Amino acid sequence: MTRSATAARPLGITVTHVLLIAFVILAIAPVLVVIMNSFKTTPGIFLSPFGLPDAETFSLKGYESVLKRGNFLVNYRNSILVTVGTTAAVVVLSTLAAWALTEYKVRIAPLLAGFFILGIMLPIRLGTVPILRTMISWGLIDTLTALILVYTAMQLPLAIALMMTYFRSVPGELKEAAKIDGAGELRTLGIALPLVRPGIAAVASITMLPVWNDLWFPLILAPSRENQTVTLGVQQFVGQFQNDYPALLAALTLGAVPLIVLFTVFSRQFINGLSAGYGK
Amino acid sequence: MNRTAARYRNLILFVLPALLVYTAFAVFPLVNSVGLSFFDSDGPTDVFVGAENYVHLFTNPATSGRFWNALGNSVEFFLIHLIVELPIGLLMAALLTSGVLRRSVGIYRTLLFIPATLSVVIVGFVWRLIISPLWGVVAFPLLGTEATALPTISLMSVWQYVGIPMVFLYTALLAIPNDVLEAARIDGAGGWTQFWRIKFPLIAPQFGLITILTFIWTFNGFDIVYALNGSAPGPNYSTDIFGTLFYRTFFGSSGQVADQDLGATIATVISRSSC
Repeated sequence: MTRSATAARPLGITVTHVLLIAFVILAIAPVLVVIMNSFKTTPGIFLSPFGLPDAETFSLKGYESVLKRGNFLVNYRNSILVTVGTTAAVVVLSTLAAWALTEYKVRIAPLLAGFFILGIMLPIRLGTVPILRTMISWGLIDTLTALILVYTAMQLPLAIALMMTYFRSVPGELKEAAKIDGAGELRTLGIALPLVRPGIAAVASITMLPVWNDLWFPLILAPSRENQTVTLGVQQFVGQFQNDYPALLAALTLGAVPLIVLFTVFSRQFINGLSAGYGK
Repeated sequence: MNRTAARYRNLILFVLPALLVYTAFAVFPLVNSVGLSFFDSDGPTDVFVGAENYVHLFTNPATSGRFWNALGNSVEFFLIHLIVELPIGLLMAALLTSGVLRRSVGIYRTLLFIPATLSVVIVGFVWRLIISPLWGVVAFPLLGTEATALPTISLMSVWQYVGIPMVFLYTALLAIPNDVLEAARIDGAGGWTQFWRIKFPLIAPQFGLITILTFIWTFNGFDIVYALNGSAPGPNYSTDIFGTLFYRTFFGSSGQVADQDLGATIATVISRSSC
């Protein structure tokens, strides 16, 4: 028994790695191809699309075009404002709500919790028509504020569900001890906060990604050049400059790389958040 | 009594901000959408027309043709997505948890998930470039042919999002208690047997969850089709799904006048059908 296990192992390990590497190549290669080719001249792109830029084909023309004709700094500013704003709002609001929903055991608590959690399945886009009209009547059409409000509403259900699971695992004795020492509600929450920090990290991670990458709401609620997010900006750029390949690839690279880097740094929190939230 | 009242008050206070934003911008709009679909707002005032919009949607040959087309396409999009992403995600998760890797698990997992961090614009453009006849990897115009356009887009979407079922299944596999696996190993079960007779049944509930999420997601899908083919997606509407139909009806496009109530009607039908 033990002998066949160790004999099988080297083969098993190799096969596993081979398969995984194959998947990784499939996953990463397109991205790498784009990044690589964004540093090439147009002929370089088409003559040897899968080759690295060499002395002849290396060029930053693409990036120059993008920075000149596109609006990327503005787009980045907008995306950052919207994403950070939404994430902050979601973290704060969901922490407060989840704390209360797990702490105050009264009859409407499960009802409220259910009301929120139902929202995980609600397709908010289908309410776009009224949302648009509300924004128009509030004078918020074509503003980043509109985006922040909508995205917060969109992400709250999952965030609350997630935070509730973390708050549930805070030991009751800790809160009891705080109350006996005379702590008020906010103080008690403050004591529980360090324990739910992984939850906050998870919420932040899974909120940032869909908000940054969304195309629909920026298209509808904040479409002007001033207010375009990176995702919308790249899309418009691609639509406008269809034949300037170095510029297009540079635009795509600029749009993709920051998030990839961010994700790589925070991948553990992100993956934990994703599975914990939906799993429950 | 006083304690309970205090609890109620505290609960409401803490929950209020989230409740307000969520209700105002998620719940209310959806309910309102259903309401809008019963009105005709083309004239100076909104006129209640009952089910007339729905009747119009389903009987007017122009609109109902587009509608059923979009429905069929949405179903096809969903099925291809699900059938491809589940086995691949499962395979990836199984490999990652097979116990033969040690430090490289994190690296593989992160790398495999990277496509999911890209925006749809990038995904669409990159793949369109790769399969375009210009670059020569594929000689056949996949996106320009009616029969292959939608499957191609579905596969691009799977490429982007396969990381998500992978993560779910991976976490589910990790959650299987070690004693169960130990017992099986002691009883002589090899890796293959272990997987199919122990791990697989234990993570099967996740398949249901993934199916539901994929369903919700594909029926609300819009981004990738819009990014690739615009709001009147061809060729010949072969890639028109519910999301693009809704967008085009509500906002109009070069070939179609905007009709907000019809848009709301479509949105309601979509949400009813995905419940």
